[in-house]
Amino acid sequence: MASVSTNEMKSGTKVLVDGEPYAIVDNEYRKPGKGQATNSIKIRSLKTGRVLEKTLKSGDSWELADIEEVDMQYLYSDGEFWHFMNPATFEQIQAGKTAVEDAAKWIKGEETCKVLFFNGLPLSITPPNFALLTITETDPGVRGDTSGGGGKPATLETGAVVRVPLFVQQGEVIKVDTRTGEYLNRAGK
Amino acid sequence: MLRARAELYGSIRAFFAARGVLEVDTPVLSSHATVDRHIESFEVPGGGWLQTSPEFAMKRLLCAGSGPIFQIAPAFRREESGRHHNPEFRLLEWYRPTWDHTLLMDEVEALAHHLGIARGRRFVRLSYREAFVAFAGFDPHVADLTALRAAWPQVDLGADADDRDAWLDLWMSHRVGPRLGDPDPVFLVDFPASQAALARVRPGDPPLAERFELFWRGIELANGFHELGDAQEQRRRFEADQAWRRARHRLVPPLDDNLIEALQAGLPASAGVALGVDRLLMLAQGLPELAAALSFDHPRA
Repeated sequence: MASVSTNEMKSGTKVLVDGEPYAIVDNEYRKPGKGQATNSIKIRSLKTGRVLEKTLKSGDSWELADIEEVDMQYLYSDGEFWHFMNPATFEQIQAGKTAVEDAAKWIKGEETCKVLFFNGLPLSITPPNFALLTITETDPGVRGDTSGGGGKPATLETGAVVRVPLFVQQGEVIKVDTRTGEYLNRAGK
Repeated sequence: MLRARAELYGSIRAFFAARGVLEVDTPVLSSHATVDRHIESFEVPGGGWLQTSPEFAMKRLLCAGSGPIFQIAPAFRREESGRHHNPEFRLLEWYRPTWDHTLLMDEVEALAHHLGIARGRRFVRLSYREAFVAFAGFDPHVADLTALRAAWPQVDLGADADDRDAWLDLWMSHRVGPRLGDPDPVFLVDFPASQAALARVRPGDPPLAERFELFWRGIELANGFHELGDAQEQRRRFEADQAWRRARHRLVPPLDDNLIEALQAGLPASAGVALGVDRLLMLAQGLPELAAALSFDHPRA
């Protein structure tokens, strides 16, 4: 297995720490003039997103993680697995709930998602940054309100619930930022 | 920035000219190199090594009777790269025959004030022990390995996990050093004998190295010694460092027998110090990182 030394660990490098895949976030070198050098390295878990800091003796190394990111088209879910297809090779894969997680809230079919593979298995799914989805249920708004100060909850066709301004009605298509889960605007019409 | 550096060099030269310290030039490329455990040299294809400081050549000049000397020299250290490190940097190094390190600290302070650094502030002298007691909460001369490690569950020192000095260095670079010298610059003195490098060791309990480091605003700026003049002891330390390197399958450069020979002929009792010019410029100009004080930092050199 290939490894990477502390002075080659750049932001974004994917490494294996205690058998788990992480991405390097930050790497700070410190050394007393006549003493032992160390690197304090911030790493983000590719599974949980949690960031932690480890300190290594400079020159020591970690194994590189076998990580690959592929753009794939979401096909459908059978309830247990979410199925994706590589549009270049037509190869199909299935990803379980732990990999799909919150991405499931924003995809209904045909979206191009980023699938992260760890040792050849899907580790995480990132949906497109913006989703266009139909509101399937929301309370009728109060006429005259156009700013939507407080807003109201709206259930989307995928099951996701977002806060929308009061003037947005059931059956309308809205644009949502999937990274924050926030309503952006009404789409189409 | 280019102008600030030129002015800094001019002020340094004026300071030493007024004090009768001779500017010298010594070779950057040498047939020997430092064997220091924590300093890696660049080996040049075709033969020779780039100096990691002008120390050995300048000591040979002292042995030859040069009297007080200084130089602003390039230094090269492999693998040293970071916010406060660049593999190539400039050192101001000078030597004072007949002086000891305490007299030399006075001169470092005078130079700093002459350069407009911490003007009007008295430099503080703090022992290695006092600094650790204040900022790490323990006595570095007696604390055992378990105590040194306890605060660092996330640290893996690999092959050096049982090396007390490696843990002390970790405390120094992460907790103690960053607290030193703000606002008043601090001379850290009386290092553990195990960290003597090329300094004399004063017998006692514990024995202490006659070595100092200057910290300003949490950054190490200079390192000075009451110089070791004992050729036999110098050879013994070099060989111990070589053995340490060999045991870890590290590069083992040839030790400088020209220096040993010169020491045998006799090094006048003297004190010497090396000061990082780029860091000085960085701090004096209020820059966030060393790269900003350089014309071209290593990735762009």
